[in-house]
Amino acid sequence: MSKKEWPLWEIFIRGQHGLNHRHVGSLHAPDAEMAINHARDVYTRRKEGVSIWVVPSSEITASSPSDKGPLFDPAESKVYRHPTFFDIPDEVGHM
Amino acid sequence: MYAQMIKSEKSNETPEELAAFQARIDRGERIEPKEWMPEGYRKTLIRQIGQHAHSEIVGQLPEGNWVTRAPTLERKAILLAKVQDEAGHGLYLYSACETLGVSRDELFEKLHSGAMKYSSIFNYPTLTWADMGAVGWLVDGAAIMNQVPLQRTSYGPYARAMIRICKEESFHQRQGYSVMMKMAQGTEAQKAMAQDALNRFWYPALMMFGPSDAESVHSEQNMAWKIKINSNDELRQRFVNETVPQAHYLGLTVPDENLKFNEETGNWDFSQPDWTEFFEVLKGNGPCNEERLGARRKAWDDGEWFRDGLSAYAEKSAARRAAVAAE
Ligand SMILES: [Fe+2]
Ligand SMILES: [Fe+2]
Repeated sequence: MSKKEWPLWEIFIRGQHGLNHRHVGSLHAPDAEMAINHARDVYTRRKEGVSIWVVPSSEITASSPSDKGPLFDPAESKVYRHPTFFDIPDEVGHM
Repeated sequence: MYAQMIKSEKSNETPEELAAFQARIDRGERIEPKEWMPEGYRKTLIRQIGQHAHSEIVGQLPEGNWVTRAPTLERKAILLAKVQDEAGHGLYLYSACETLGVSRDELFEKLHSGAMKYSSIFNYPTLTWADMGAVGWLVDGAAIMNQVPLQRTSYGPYARAMIRICKEESFHQRQGYSVMMKMAQGTEAQKAMAQDALNRFWYPALMMFGPSDAESVHSEQNMAWKIKINSNDELRQRFVNETVPQAHYLGLTVPDENLKFNEETGNWDFSQPDWTEFFEVLKGNGPCNEERLGARRKAWDDGEWFRDGLSAYAEKSAARRAAVAAE
């Protein structure tokens, strides 16, 4: 067995319709170029994308699950950030 | 199934911790990689997802056997695409498994040493072209039965892998059934080949769901954790109900004298497969166990110089880039 394991890469694909690159999964590859080749085979066999980004998994910094509260709870009380918070009379028309 | 007879592992956590974890699952929350989970949950998932991944990879072999002998160029291209999808399924699942703290190479090592299993179904030979029809139709069909509910499994990366896989499986089953249709509508000899393929794959396909687990403590725990969604008997019955009319449409006979529609239950009553045979195959005594594992080991060993070569190239070019940057 080969002692050296290929590093892990996170794969992001941009679909046909101009949306953002989206994380689709991860894979092993010896370098960035091979990671793109593999990503082509693993994640775009049915024309799922027009552009691929690959990032070494070790370079991703993630928020910690225990920070969920402090990070995301503050938005909970700010419902006025949504347009539906405001009642606009029908007479005004579409807004 | 692709993962058969998964024993659930014991956990050493406090009852409070376990209860809080169970409550999250009961609320329908997804468990994500970095979150707290009982050791038993983690280990059971490694076994289940790993076995599932191995099945996808080993499952390429019986079909790969016919790629060079497909009857037309189109059938060859389709079969190749199907087999390539299975490689993809294996990779999605190994990635999901790696989030639990085991590396893919470690998993390979365990497959090759026999420490981890793959589905019993892939230890049967594919003797004629009609077997490509029977495998797609029955084997992928049985896999779909199990994989569709697993899209709702509690472990996030596993559920997401299942969603990707399910999107692709329907092509697999339909291409298989289309091979069967062609054979069943062909000459007498071709029809006989189709019947023979069904005869050989029917019971091994039923075995894929595993023996009845109605009273198994493991499956009770795994169901509570939502890493198993339905009982084996339930899925097997569903599979039979769906498959029998499809066989009738082909004009083929399901090889079971006891097969009978039960007006009362609305189910097809059927005979159980030979479970002694199933356990023998699991133990390594099936018709193709040695050949399959041998092919896997050989592919891994023969590819070592190539993997190492790519690693060496990657290291060299990284060093070159670093040197240029330092200038
Ligand atoms: Fe698959
Ligand atoms: Fe498949």
